[in-house]
Amino acid sequence: MIELENITKIYRLGQTKVFALDSINVNIEAGEMVAIMGPSGSGKSTMMAILGCLDVPTKGVYRLDGEPVEKLNENQLAQIRSQKVGFVFQQFNLLPRTNALENVMLPLLYDGVHGKARVEKAKAALATVGLTDRMHHHPNQLSGGEQQRVAIARALVNDPTILLADEPTGNLDTKTGDEIIGLFQRLHEDKGQTVVYVTHDAFIARHTQRIIRLVDGKIISDEKIAHPLVAGTPRPEEALDTPAM
Amino acid sequence: MNIIENIRISFRALAANKLRSGLTMLGIIIGVAAVVALMSIGRGATRNITSRVEGLGSNLVAVSAARNVRQAGVGAQTTPLYYSDYQQIAREVNNVVGVAPTYQAGARVMYGTNASQFSVTGVTSQFAAVNAYTLTEGRFISDYDNSAESRVVVLGSQAASDLFSGLNPLGRQLTINGINFTVVGILASKGSTGFFSQDEVILIPLQTGYARLYGGTAISNGQRTLSSISLSAASSNAVSEVISQIEYILRRDHQLTLTDTLPFTVTSQSQALSTLTSITSTLTAFLGAIAGISLFVGGIGIMNIMLVSVRERTREIGLRKAVGARRSVILLQFIVETITLSLVGGIIGILLGAGIAGIVTLTGLITTYVSLDVILYSFFFAALVGLFFGIYPAYQAASLRPIEALRYE
Repeated sequence: MIELENITKIYRLGQTKVFALDSINVNIEAGEMVAIMGPSGSGKSTMMAILGCLDVPTKGVYRLDGEPVEKLNENQLAQIRSQKVGFVFQQFNLLPRTNALENVMLPLLYDGVHGKARVEKAKAALATVGLTDRMHHHPNQLSGGEQQRVAIARALVNDPTILLADEPTGNLDTKTGDEIIGLFQRLHEDKGQTVVYVTHDAFIARHTQRIIRLVDGKIISDEKIAHPLVAGTPRPEEALDTPAM
Repeated sequence: MNIIENIRISFRALAANKLRSGLTMLGIIIGVAAVVALMSIGRGATRNITSRVEGLGSNLVAVSAARNVRQAGVGAQTTPLYYSDYQQIAREVNNVVGVAPTYQAGARVMYGTNASQFSVTGVTSQFAAVNAYTLTEGRFISDYDNSAESRVVVLGSQAASDLFSGLNPLGRQLTINGINFTVVGILASKGSTGFFSQDEVILIPLQTGYARLYGGTAISNGQRTLSSISLSAASSNAVSEVISQIEYILRRDHQLTLTDTLPFTVTSQSQALSTLTSITSTLTAFLGAIAGISLFVGGIGIMNIMLVSVRERTREIGLRKAVGARRSVILLQFIVETITLSLVGGIIGILLGAGIAGIVTLTGLITTYVSLDVILYSFFFAALVGLFFGIYPAYQAASLRPIEALRYE
């Protein structure tokens, strides 16, 4: 369902070319839950931007749902984002002074869903993340975990082909982080939601079915996890000593 | 994504920062208020002058002897307007409803011990109708008064109160250069036109004036002369035709060729009016232009704030794009924000400007006139300012790349 063929992204810094991604080949099937791991500067953010159609590759072919998207123009990309991609960010990125329900409705607004249908879909998404009783609260009245759940509801509201999460637990404490991972696992298991989860935390990555490791814009490993961790499993001691952040 | 939703988003963004939105609007408010107030004052002045001039009488044409006309090789000489000219004009000119000859001279007017110098005008019965005078009391000078050379006088309202200081002048006797006259009528007030008060007139029968008052000064080359002749054309369309008929008769009777300079001025009220209104219109446009500059400055203020706002909301713009907002939607959102600021500011400015105009009217200085077109012009001009100064910040917002905007700290 997601096919990356020889994806290369080159940035120019003055005279030098920087290969943010260097001939990446990846296939992700529908319903998979994949972690993309790597240290800072490994190209995982660039990869997420390309997967999420926020950016286009310099070279290579990217097919999303069988449709090549690397040649699309700005407006066509915006349409793909609004219909096929759901983003969850480390910083939540909720609109301030706008309540949870309205935040969740935002993608529907840009996709031309009107009136009652819009409200119903947003309420359903909030119910999925367990925030029905909080839908009229503003972000500053919600805890970090609740804010991230609103952001997840916003990402889900358009029934996206791919749910992209960029360090969604990075700004949360461990317990809340476990809840968020649990939520992603539940979405994956119950609804068969495809999830691509970017992190540099190996412990968190082990909650997924497959880990793709990037270093210097190249894939160095792509392994299946036979038994993903269940959310709430305590962190091993050594991981606590050297926190990934 | 329809326009209503876009407007709602913009309103919310503006409401989120009320103080800033208010201060931004202030520039537009002051600009629009200045335009509306100054234009209303200008329009009021124009209307004032127009109504005063129209008060002189409708479709009025005035003939008078031009002063200091130099004829080639003859030196300074004034060609007098003769009483016979009036008789010819009255007989021959078509499309007039009234012809009123006058002779004007200074005289000492006295009631009891109250004496002053007045200009005393000899008139015929048609004078009141042609010059649009009405009476508050008594009667006007009649044809009989002229033929009988009666010693009767009609006073302008100001002249009446100056001489009689509160007493009812009707039926009382006053003296003009020592000759007794009886007051038979008082004119209604007409107000002043510039330098000349129409309420300070003292009117006597023209023939009485020739026989008893003006003496030799009114005689030139053995003929009786006139100061001016007023005519009332049958309609405004007839005015120019009446003027050319009069000029023809005057040239013929004074043995002038077409190339000679006519030693008389024949003017219509509409000519005088158009001169005056062109002056006041220029003044009004000038005032409006000055006020327009402040509106322009207000527009620059809006652009400044919107640029800051775009910078401040970079992440918000990035997020909106990430969840599917097209470039055009972001562009529209920010343009609607600036137009909203300028339109709300414009409406408040119009109300404020109209209020200022109203206060100016209340002070009695000038009767202002808040016309609909001025309101509409300033409203659309304010909207245009918003659009013009909103495009660049909106373009900046729309051009942000979502991936960079999301990372912006």
